[in-house]
Amino acid sequence: MMDCQKPVSDIASKVRQQKRISKEEALELYRHADVNLLGSLAHEIRLKKHPDKLVTYVIDRNINYTNVCISGCKFCAFFKAPGHSQGYVLSKEELLKKILETQELGGTQILLQGGLHPDLSLEFYEDMLSFIKKEFGIHCHAFSPPEIVHFANISGNSIREVLERLKVAGLDSIPGGGAEILVDRVRQQTSPNKATAAEWLEVMETAHNLGLKTTATMMFGHIETDEERIEHLEQLRSLQDRTEGFTAFIPWPFQPGNTEIECKPATSYEYLKMLALSRIYLDNFPNIQASWVTQGPKIAQISLFYGANDFGSTMIEENVVAAAGVSHRLSENKIRQLINQAGFIPKQRLMDYTLADERNGSV
Amino acid sequence: MTDSLEQAGLLDIYQKVVNGERLSPEDGIQLYETDHLPALGYLANLVREKKNGNKAYYIYNQHINYSNVCTNLCKFCAFGKEKQAPGSYEMSIEEIEKKIKERLNEPISEVHIVGGIHPDLPYSYYTDMLRAIKRIRPEIHIQAFTCVEIAHLAKLAGMSIEDTLKDLADAGLGSIPGGGAEVFSTRIREKLCPEKLPGNEWLDVAKTAHRLGIKSNATMLYGHIETVEERIEHLVALREAQDETGGFMCFIPLAFHPKNTGLEEIAPTGGIDDLKNIAVSRLMLDNFPHIKAYWVMLGPKVAQIALWYGADDLDGTVLEEKITHMAGGETAQAMTRNEIERLIKAAGREPVERDTLYNHI
Repeated sequence: MMDCQKPVSDIASKVRQQKRISKEEALELYRHADVNLLGSLAHEIRLKKHPDKLVTYVIDRNINYTNVCISGCKFCAFFKAPGHSQGYVLSKEELLKKILETQELGGTQILLQGGLHPDLSLEFYEDMLSFIKKEFGIHCHAFSPPEIVHFANISGNSIREVLERLKVAGLDSIPGGGAEILVDRVRQQTSPNKATAAEWLEVMETAHNLGLKTTATMMFGHIETDEERIEHLEQLRSLQDRTEGFTAFIPWPFQPGNTEIECKPATSYEYLKMLALSRIYLDNFPNIQASWVTQGPKIAQISLFYGANDFGSTMIEENVVAAAGVSHRLSENKIRQLINQAGFIPKQRLMDYTLADERNGSV
Repeated sequence: MTDSLEQAGLLDIYQKVVNGERLSPEDGIQLYETDHLPALGYLANLVREKKNGNKAYYIYNQHINYSNVCTNLCKFCAFGKEKQAPGSYEMSIEEIEKKIKERLNEPISEVHIVGGIHPDLPYSYYTDMLRAIKRIRPEIHIQAFTCVEIAHLAKLAGMSIEDTLKDLADAGLGSIPGGGAEVFSTRIREKLCPEKLPGNEWLDVAKTAHRLGIKSNATMLYGHIETVEERIEHLVALREAQDETGGFMCFIPLAFHPKNTGLEEIAPTGGIDDLKNIAVSRLMLDNFPHIKAYWVMLGPKVAQIALWYGADDLDGTVLEEKITHMAGGETAQAMTRNEIERLIKAAGREPVERDTLYNHI
């Protein structure tokens, strides 16, 4: 991808006319537009998409059913290789306790993700889902695409068959993790044992076709180029054109602590620029989430003016980013206060972005 | 950007900024109340780049908080303690000398000294401190004693402000930090710091210093009980004083940190309010050369963004800062030169190491 010859101001006008921009134009904006121009464009798109000035959030808990993983990604501080003394698989009792606590805190869903465990069968995951659904009926936002691909490999089923079986067992929606950067050059260097870009996209497309909503993420700021970041956005935008199954996009900077990649984390300035560019490029994504877990409360609040309209989850529990030495914690009250201070109205939502109070019929 | 400025209702102010016209207090209030944060940043950045180009300054400095004993006991302060209170301390001249000697191998260009209003340290303690530091490190610039402390020292010495400043300069004082300004409003001072030097007297000390050729900085403590109007009054008072003397180098908006203060029920400032204070002060204080995003108070992440909201200075490497950290400031005690430079470069700015008076090093 070459820098395009168009001046930034022409591209900005195009964005204001709500026309789709090309990869080359995105690169030009990213490299040469003033951060406040990017912010303004992103903010104005966000206001057009969400004129009611709401900022939403979901109450949920990240439950990592296992940290045992055969993938061994270089950017991961969370996993343990099979046979490691600190490897674990959560028991049903532990799951039960964690979900009970979640419901007591007003949680409406659990985010269930784990490593790629070498010995657990597809039946194990089906059983886990049906157990949770039977005990609680809570929304299960579970298994990122690399896990689904792994389940297909261990069971000999197709991706579609795995998704159909898990859906029957209780799967409600799929989290967008494991996308990292959807370019195989990057994946081969950082996570060669993990789902390829095409596989990640295939899982999401199949899920959307089965009526399962999903999110999409991007972990940037390691070995990828600017062009590869934009290629990532392009892959998501064209899939969304076909399916409209993504509810939200969540970019965050790679946190290098305790990982095998030696670099400094992307700064808040780069984060806000990337966030704004995502809002501009992903014109068919309804929602963009702020990453308070990596950015902390102050930048998360500022990001509400750089394209984000959602504060993500309260994350009653979070283990993966914390393993990389970054441990911002926010209560629901604190999240609401940050949103209020910013001049927006905080609203609890569900996975599909319906508002929690609408569901209860108490608008 | 004019589309965005129009959408934000800021086109009139934009015209004034482009024409170099002074903004009115009403403009200032409108800027604080805007709901288009990046448009505000854009405006402030116009002024910032006109005055300071792409430069972002930092300083290699050493902080010394010689004592936390203080008779003012302002409600917003977590640092000041009564003399008998647990945790109170005062450094002897020997201890201060030791701190200076410990870091003689570092390329420190400024020693930054702030303390409380101590009930019984004699005037000679302060001049001895300055002389002792200069004896050990003659080339170093000492930025010491807020206007509040200077007024207290004048009382101790039984001299006028002017004579006191002359005497302190003779002992080694190079310039005056901007603390103790808080918010000038008498309403605020009566409620939060009734014992403290009134706002007009703070300004008098600063102006007297300027007339003697002693440069100083100015601050505003925001995010407690002050109104937007009171913030603007504060900025306008500083702007008028600067018109008279031209002696202020830098303005530093200081975010109130509630933990361990008498105002713990107040929420800490949000990132948006932090950026607004940087931006509005850059736009209102048209006669101040520099606006500082003090990273110790804002955190490095917000301070970095502030470089596009009007700020051109991040302060320093800062070891052993106590005042913010006693109030629950969660930032690290120090950033290395490399870390500061990386932060500045990653934001597309050019790092420039400066001395206290903004000479390039």
